[in-house]
Parts: sequence; structure tokens; C-alpha cells
Amino acid sequence: MTTKHAKNTDYYAIAWRLPLIVWQGLFFIGPLVFMVAMSFFLVRNYRMEAAFQFGNWERMLTRGFFWDAYFLTLWLALLATIVTSVLAFPASYFLAFKASDTVRRWAVFFLIIPFFTSYLVRIFAWQVILAQQGVINAGFSFLGLGPYQMLNTTLGTMVGYLTLCLPLAVILQTFSLANIDKRLVEAAHNLGCGRLRTVFTVVVPLAKTGLVVAAVFCFILSFGDFVAPYYLGGSKPPTLSIMIVDTSKSGQQWPRAAVVAIMMIVTLLVVAFTAIGFAYRKRRT
Amino acid sequence: MTTIRKPTRRDVLKYGAAAAATTALCTPYVSRAWAETVEINMLAWYGHGEPDMVGAFEAANNVKFKPKYYAGGDNMMALIAQSPPGTYDIILSDGEFVQQLNAAGYIEEMNAADYPFDDMLYDDFKQFPGHWKDGKLYSMMVRCGHLGVSYNTTAVSDEEAMSYKAFWKPEIKGKVGHFDWHLPNLGQMSLTNGNGAKLWDQDEAGWTKIKETTMTLRPQVGGYFDYGGTFNGLKNGEMMAMAGIGDWITGVLERDGAPVKSLVPKEGGIQWTESYSIGKGTQKADMVKKFIQYMLSPEGQATSARMLAYPGFAITKGGRAKLNEVDPKEAQRTGQVDGMPNDPITLIKEGRIFYRDIPKQQSLEDWNEFWQEYKNA
Repeated sequence: MTTKHAKNTDYYAIAWRLPLIVWQGLFFIGPLVFMVAMSFFLVRNYRMEAAFQFGNWERMLTRGFFWDAYFLTLWLALLATIVTSVLAFPASYFLAFKASDTVRRWAVFFLIIPFFTSYLVRIFAWQVILAQQGVINAGFSFLGLGPYQMLNTTLGTMVGYLTLCLPLAVILQTFSLANIDKRLVEAAHNLGCGRLRTVFTVVVPLAKTGLVVAAVFCFILSFGDFVAPYYLGGSKPPTLSIMIVDTSKSGQQWPRAAVVAIMMIVTLLVVAFTAIGFAYRKRRT
Repeated sequence: MTTIRKPTRRDVLKYGAAAAATTALCTPYVSRAWAETVEINMLAWYGHGEPDMVGAFEAANNVKFKPKYYAGGDNMMALIAQSPPGTYDIILSDGEFVQQLNAAGYIEEMNAADYPFDDMLYDDFKQFPGHWKDGKLYSMMVRCGHLGVSYNTTAVSDEEAMSYKAFWKPEIKGKVGHFDWHLPNLGQMSLTNGNGAKLWDQDEAGWTKIKETTMTLRPQVGGYFDYGGTFNGLKNGEMMAMAGIGDWITGVLERDGAPVKSLVPKEGGIQWTESYSIGKGTQKADMVKKFIQYMLSPEGQATSARMLAYPGFAITKGGRAKLNEVDPKEAQRTGQVDGMPNDPITLIKEGRIFYRDIPKQQSLEDWNEFWQEYKNA
């Protein structure tokens, strides 16, 4: 039976939801729709003009350099996700299962601290560390090694991505692992399951959702990052985010930059939904 | 012991009233002083609106510059196109973009009689390409500089740097950087091909050859950088040679003692030229004119030649004389001394310098698209 009371409850719920809906509409859906429309616009004499033509899509998607940048960006983001997840897991495992509450609290605090400093500032600090005359090569020179080229390489880009993603991945993984019912781990041990096997057959499946969410965050952040590939990778070769800057800078080609941005968003949506679908997929019994 | 008396309600009222009265009495004077400060909106390359450049003029004329900086002519055109008319009172543009500014109607006509044409160091500067149209002046050249081979002297010798071939030196593989703008880089590649004065005017065959030459440099390249990255790359030894720049960047480092310098190679160098225009629709044209006159005065020219962000050449006789008087070391370093073999004016007269321009037979878009392809190669 529908009562007056039930109707009132609906309005109450809508009132609470409304700010979020308005916010998302104004600052996400609205700009997104505009960007899609803009990808069909024309540029004449450095001025954008409203139009509906497929020239920008045709021009960008038929160029080899676009696809080179696309697959490079995809590969770098994937690599950063794998490296970050693998490096983060032992630390998260230790914090979740081995560390005392006090140690875990301090560790989380120290993992949050990097976010107090601007990412750009941290990247410039890495320039000093990775340079040929930098801190690491100075250390190598004491051992009679080097100098090694680290700045303006893929390694440099990867260091930047890890700077961005690693603390976040450790935090997300730690929270996920900490929520596992410890009795299940003990049960596995009691039934004779070895430590490593327990990790892969009990711990990882139980924490799958959190681990995948952490990996998705790494992928999203790395895929769209401009700073690391530009300032630590030397823009060599450029990623899609650098291509957006290049395209918009030259001749005011915002519509073509919009094409690149839409391709990035579509890729991120596909990856994110696939990963989340995998994370929440029920195990076969 | 001194005790602090708690203020009574009467005290609060008394002192509060006094403070209010003081504020009320002073406000007209303070407001007037503020109102008299004229704000000048400037669109320019980085550094032109900084205190070392405009501080003296601001103090003498009670004006305040509000600079908006850009990097590259395309970027400048885009910023103006996005802004309502009258947004920028003064526009500093690269010489080759003046004609585009004028064609789009972004700049005001100027009165040639207001500026010291008789004092120019070189005749070309009086009738700089694109600055005049139908006998009317639209932009005033204020400084210039030369692009060539920029290098670390510990890795490349002066003899090697006398040719663009230095960029292909095997020992500096992976350590050649590019200033990330297609125009100066591809211009240098055109010069490498021996195109000389026709470097911007190449037919399809010439353009294909420029692209081929550029692609052969790709294995040598260590990165593509903005101003800061170019600067840091040379400073920290990551890059041993840099294409697309000149003394405007190495000069800053050289002044600080870094082992870097720039030379104009035998194939020729490219001149960047910076000119001031009065923004269309400005309400402050008189003050802007006064500023341009100041920048062309001996003091202004000497200041501009020693600009902290990036040095340039004085273009007036008075400016050169003043520079030699106030900073003979810098004048010597940059060859701005009459009779020196690397005197920039001598280099122009010898036909070794070509003014930067936009491609004549291809569009800027073609050049930019190839540049993106090159970066991804």
C-alpha cells in the first residue's frame, strides 16, 4: 500500500541526493556533453565556430602518430598499474596482517603525508634526484659506476607514476586486506595450506575487490597524467595528455584536442567497468 | 608591577570612534592614490612584465603592469582570439606574427613619428616585414636575438658547433634536446639542407627533404622541452646540445658560469624578433605609447638587452652605447660592440642571419602535424 508517509520519505531522499545530482550535472555531464559537441566544431583564424562536421575525428583517427601515442599511453599506464600493485602488495600485507595497530596508524599517516605536497613539486624534486649529476648518480659514482641516464626516459616516467600512485595503492590495499576475516586465514593454515598458497588462494580472492579498485585508480591516474611523462620522461615520445596540450597550443585546435580527450575517457570507462565487473563477479561454486 | 587595565565600554566607544573617523578622513586620499595607478594589461613572452623590465617605468609613471604570458605565436593568437576586444593594452609578439595580428584587427595603427627610427642600428629594422601595411605602422620592433647551435662546451667544440651537423655527433646521442616548438626547429633543419634565404619558402620536394633530414635526427634526441625544461636540461648536463634555441637561453646560463654557449653556424642562423603593438580598443594608448618609447630609449634598450628571463640584442645605436656603458662585459659576451666579428648586425650584413617567418608554401598546421609525427617516431 502506498501511503502519504512513503511519498514524504521519497522527497526526503531526493532532497539529500539532489546536491550530488546537480553537482555532477553541472560539472561533469555538462562539460562532457559540451566537449563531445566541441569535437565537431571548426577553427577559423584561431577562433572556434560551432559546426557539425567529422573533420576533426577523421583527421585525428587516421593519423599514425595518434595511435602510436594511444598505445604507448595504454602500455605505460598498464605497466605502472602492474608495477604499483606488485610493489604495494607486500607492504599492504605486512600492514594488514603483521603490523600492530600503532604501526599501521603511523604507516597510513606517512602514506598520506606525500599528498600534502603538490605533485608537481615532488616531480621537480625527482628531477634533481634522477639527473646525471643528481643524488642517485652521485651514489653510483662512489662505487665507480655510472652515470646512468634516468631522466627523460621511460624509467623517469615510471618513477613519476609510482610517486603519484604507490601511496594510494598501499592505503587502498591495506584497508581491503585488513577487512579480511582472519579466521579464514587461520583455517587455511590449520588445514595444511602453506603460507604462499594461503596468500594466493585465500587472501587475494577475499581482497579481490579492494585490490582491483586500487589497480583501477593506478590506471586512471597514470593514463591521464601529464606531469610525469613531460617532466621526467622528456615528452619522448609524447603520451595522449601531452598530445592534448600540443594540439590545443598549436592553432587553437581545441576540437581536435577534444577528440583525443574523448578517446581517453572512453578507454577509461571501458577499463574501469571491465575491472569493476571482474572485481564483483561471484566465484563459481 | 604594571597592570593592564581592562578597557571600559567608554574606552571602546572613544577609540572606536577615533579609528572610524581616521579611516573616513583618509579614505578619499587613499582611494585617490589607488585610482591614479593605471593598470596596463600586457600579453607577452615570459619575463617582459617582470620588475627588472617594467619596474623603473612603473615607478616613474605610477602604472602597474598586469602581464599574461604565452609561449609561441600560435598560443598568443589563441589567447587574443579568446578574449574580448580591449583586453590587452599592449601586445608583444614575434615579428612574423604581426601581420596575422593586423589581419585579424587586433592592433591599432601607430604614429611612426613617435618612435626613434633614425636611431636604428640597421635599415631593415626600420621597415621590418609585416610591421607596415599600406604605408601605415602597426608594430614597433624592440629587440631581437639569434638562434643557432646551442651546446655544452665540454661535449661539443666551437669548430663543431659551426655547423648544424653537430646535432648528429655520435658522442652526444640521446643528449640532443629540442625546444618544443616546430617553427625554429624545422627552420634550422631547412638551413641544414642548405636552403639559406629560402628556408621558409620550400616547395613539396624541399619540404619532404626537410622532413627526411629531421627524421634522421630522431635517434639523437633526448627530449622535447618547454622553457624551464630546456633551461634545466642544459644546466644539469642532461642535454649536451639543443636545437631551436640560441643565446636567449644559453646566455642566462653562461652569465652564471655554466659551460654552455650558442653560435651562428655556417649554414646560417635564424633571427627572432620581438615587437610591441598597441591593443585594439585600449583606453590607455597614450601610456602604452609612452612605454614603447621608454623601451626604445637607451635606458630601455640596455634593460631589455640584460633582461633576466632571456637576453636580447639592443636594436638602437643609443641602446647599444648605453649597454656598453652600463654593462661592457655583457656587451662583449653578446658581440654588441662595434667591430666585433660576432656583432649581430655584422652577421646580418654578411647574409648569415635569416628572419624567422612562417612557412610560405605549407600551412603552420602541416608543420605542426609533422612535428607531432616526429615526436612520436
